[in-house]
Amino acid sequence: MHELSIALSIIDGVLEEAERHERALVQTVHLRVGRLSGVDKEALSFSFRVASQDTPLADSRLEIEDVEVLIHCSACDAESTITDAPLLICARCGSVGGRVLQGGELEISKLEIVA
Amino acid sequence: MSEPRIVEVRRKILKENDVIARRLRESFDHTGVHVVSLVSSPGTGKTTLLERLLTSLGAAYRVAALVGDLATENDAVRLARSGAPVKQISTGTVCHLDAAMVARALEGWNLNELDLLFIENVGNLVCPASFDLGEDLRVVLVSTTEGEDKPLKYPTIFNTADVAVVTKYDLAKAVEFDRELMLGNIRALRPQMPVFEVSARTGLGLPALESFLVEALYAEQPASAAS
Repeated sequence: MHELSIALSIIDGVLEEAERHERALVQTVHLRVGRLSGVDKEALSFSFRVASQDTPLADSRLEIEDVEVLIHCSACDAESTITDAPLLICARCGSVGGRVLQGGELEISKLEIVA
Repeated sequence: MSEPRIVEVRRKILKENDVIARRLRESFDHTGVHVVSLVSSPGTGKTTLLERLLTSLGAAYRVAALVGDLATENDAVRLARSGAPVKQISTGTVCHLDAAMVARALEGWNLNELDLLFIENVGNLVCPASFDLGEDLRVVLVSTTEGEDKPLKYPTIFNTADVAVVTKYDLAKAVEFDRELMLGNIRALRPQMPVFEVSARTGLGLPALESFLVEALYAEQPASAAS
């Protein structure tokens, strides 16, 4: 359950960003979470609800966008999207272990705020 | 109430951890400390292996260890028998180490007096994957007794590690360990990953692991930079 640590980091990060906008009310927090990030979406949503109580984000919604895994294959130079994680198999030539181009994301992408 | 306004942020959630980890890595580089972290499930034998590594590498290098656990100082007491400086990091309820815990544990240590620092993470194959500790090499351990499919069940930790070590080879026969299946599963995830097969009890495979670690750490390009 490292999602609780991550939820606390989200809250700190969002509050810091909100300060730059005159501490506007944050209605929605948008996250991008890669399928290789090792973070469970449900556990993260639950942790956020618990951890945000008694903070200015208590009523904020969390929207999580999945980020697909994209690899570059060094054998055939193709890029492919991985559908059956965890194996990083090139969709074109079947080689294993391509370089991960995306899928490890764990970021706050945008905030919906009201003044 | 007015319509909500959208603010683009693009901020890494673990930015703070990454900043501290970068600072740690800089101070390790600056003082010439080479850092290896160990991750595995509880009971794979991190502490037993580390006892052996501290004793044998301690003959030629100035070694030390940080060891993470939810509670108790038992592991630190065991490791201190090697004669190396050891510090326990008690995480309370937290299931992983983060860079700030490592930085706090190192306060008061003179890094100039160290060559090799081992960091034993909390026994957990999930949570430690997300947290950079400033290490040069991350070693993932899996034992012959815990099932050949562990790599496939916990791919993220294998994807973030630089080296795999299969432990408890002395028990392999008793548990009908399928060596080819285990190695095949590791290779299915990471075809190029170096794998070492050891028994901390009998000493099998330890010299090879030790030379690999020293070579990887003292090479100009650490192995972690390639991943």
